[in-house]
Amino acid sequence: MTDTSHGTGGLTFDNSKRSWPNEMNILLALIIIVVIFEILGQVLPYMNNQSFLFDTRDRFDTIFNEARLQIIILQVAIIGIIALGVTQVIITAGIDLSSGPLVAATAMIAMSFAQTELVNGNPNPKAIFGTWAMDLPVIVPVVIGLMFGAFIGAVNGTFVAYFRIPPFIATLGMFLICRGIALWWSSGRPVSFPTESYKFLGSGMMPVVWFLGLAVIFHIILKYTVYGKHTYAIGSNEEAARMSGINVRRHKVMVYMIASMLAAFAGVVLSAKASTAQAGMGEFYELFAIAMAVIGGISLTGGRGSIIGTVLGAMVLGVIRSGFTFVKLDGSYQLMAMGGIIIAAVILDQYRQRNRA
Amino acid sequence: MSDDIVLKTNDLTKHYGGVHALEGANFELRKGEHVAIMGDNGAGKSTFVRQITGVEQRTRGKVWLYGEEVSFAGPLEAREHGVETVFQTLALADDLDVPDNLFLGRERTYANWLGPFRLLDYKSMRQSTIDALNRTGVKIPNIRNTIQNMSGGQRQCVAIARTATFHSKLTIMDEPTAALGVQETAQVENIIRTLKEEGEPLILISHNMRQVMDLVDRIVVFRRGQIVANLRKEDTDGQDVVAYITGAKTGAEYEGAA
Ligand SMILES: Nc1ncnc2c1ncn2[C@@H]1O[C@H](COP(=O)(O)OP(=O)(O)OP(=O)(O)O)[C@@H](O)[C@H]1O
Ligand SMILES: [Mg+2]
Repeated sequence: MTDTSHGTGGLTFDNSKRSWPNEMNILLALIIIVVIFEILGQVLPYMNNQSFLFDTRDRFDTIFNEARLQIIILQVAIIGIIALGVTQVIITAGIDLSSGPLVAATAMIAMSFAQTELVNGNPNPKAIFGTWAMDLPVIVPVVIGLMFGAFIGAVNGTFVAYFRIPPFIATLGMFLICRGIALWWSSGRPVSFPTESYKFLGSGMMPVVWFLGLAVIFHIILKYTVYGKHTYAIGSNEEAARMSGINVRRHKVMVYMIASMLAAFAGVVLSAKASTAQAGMGEFYELFAIAMAVIGGISLTGGRGSIIGTVLGAMVLGVIRSGFTFVKLDGSYQLMAMGGIIIAAVILDQYRQRNRA
Repeated sequence: MSDDIVLKTNDLTKHYGGVHALEGANFELRKGEHVAIMGDNGAGKSTFVRQITGVEQRTRGKVWLYGEEVSFAGPLEAREHGVETVFQTLALADDLDVPDNLFLGRERTYANWLGPFRLLDYKSMRQSTIDALNRTGVKIPNIRNTIQNMSGGQRQCVAIARTATFHSKLTIMDEPTAALGVQETAQVENIIRTLKEEGEPLILISHNMRQVMDLVDRIVVFRRGQIVANLRKEDTDGQDVVAYITGAKTGAEYEGAA
């Protein structure tokens, strides 16, 4: 570590007192939520002293209840992939509402190029293309899906950066357009029967592998590359970024493209996991993705936020879902709790901003 | 055109819709020369800077830099041609720290084949930042602090250190000491003196008469978008300059102007 206390101008600076990273607060919140469910498992009369996170049955080989840990992260992994992208968009002081419907549209399109020719020895009843599009290598539907995402993102980014349409409006328009594309693609009918290799992309814990793998990659990109630095700079002070010679418009287009490609990839993984693509898929995904970023401490005014925060935000949502299921409260309570958590996260963040060290 | 002219503008004009913020500015700066631009608020000083540095596109007129006619598409292009600017708005990214801001848009990188995803050389940029701050005597307790946690004066110091870090063919400072305390102002003035010793030409925009009289060779006065006086320091004094600023006097060669 180099000495950064040069020329302190009479001020003392304690190098050991690094500022407490924002992510630690979310980690703390995550732990508190887990502890609450753990306690509820012990005190609620109908819970019979069950443990939320620990393995109480065979305490010999494992400590944690691995099945629950897996479910916690698996159920947020696909939306988490979208959240990695929307995090970058929000850091530039933008927003992307189109990701949920883009998941559906990409699922339909990619799935159409991932069809098997024979289903149980019979011709595929759901294929929308002829035999030329059957049993293609898995790379084909994936690349087509990503290209579609890149195209949608380029349109979003162009409207935001070049035509100066507010991101909320531009992506709201794209939200409807993508849902329309998803319905139009096969006239509202689902597309099913993918190849085995396509199914593998979403099987078992694969969504988690994609989510965490991509999280690591984009963490590195945002922290250690020029792309990341410029993304923060633009959200922080767009004027300054421009005056510093950053091609702000081109950069924004790139950010929206990357975000949409991540959403498109989420669509591929979701359809692979479900072995079917339906036009109604991905409902509210864009909002949950934004919620993950917000719980993760992102600032909607741009310049602040991180991939680690968003991953932790995703974990918070995952724990809440699992926890409510664990204490046998149904989905309606989950939604109310999540809503409360999102608002609480923003209030806490504003409080922190005002009292920043 | 003689080849010791660093910057020359001819009929440089900028209209914002109906607002004639800058009208027919003819300006010259010679090698090693330090020139001050003075004028009341809204006189068009910053507008003049923005036209030269390509932040905005001019309505009319021509600009030459070292004899070459230039029309910068943006501030980066100006910087690539050696024009370093401290803008009045400072142009700092609040959520980034000092090295990030110093090197914003010209980061030191490696693995450049990665294109936009090339890796940042944080270590070298931090070291250069510390060197630059030491050289200019700018005092900032912690360079890893984000700009938003700094005082107005410290922000200004960062913006100035940024121009002083990179050797330039022309330095432009738009009110660099506007928010600074006595000590910091003295520091900035020292930086400017260093530039003078090194023969680097400078355009200084300032409202501080004492500072201007101390530092520069020549004073150009703007009034309502037009240049109304071009005064060598030896031939003028504070009262005289004020008379031009307020409109009590207009330079002989500018009669008929504002
Ligand atoms: N983007 C713009 N659109 C419209 N009018 C503008 C714009 N920028 C500047 N102006 C106007 O142009 C005139 C000159 O502004 P400028 O910023 O150049 O003044 P200045 O001499 O730098 O003043 P100060 O000493 O206050 O910095 C002002 O009347 C200002 O209102
Ligand atoms: Mg000004």
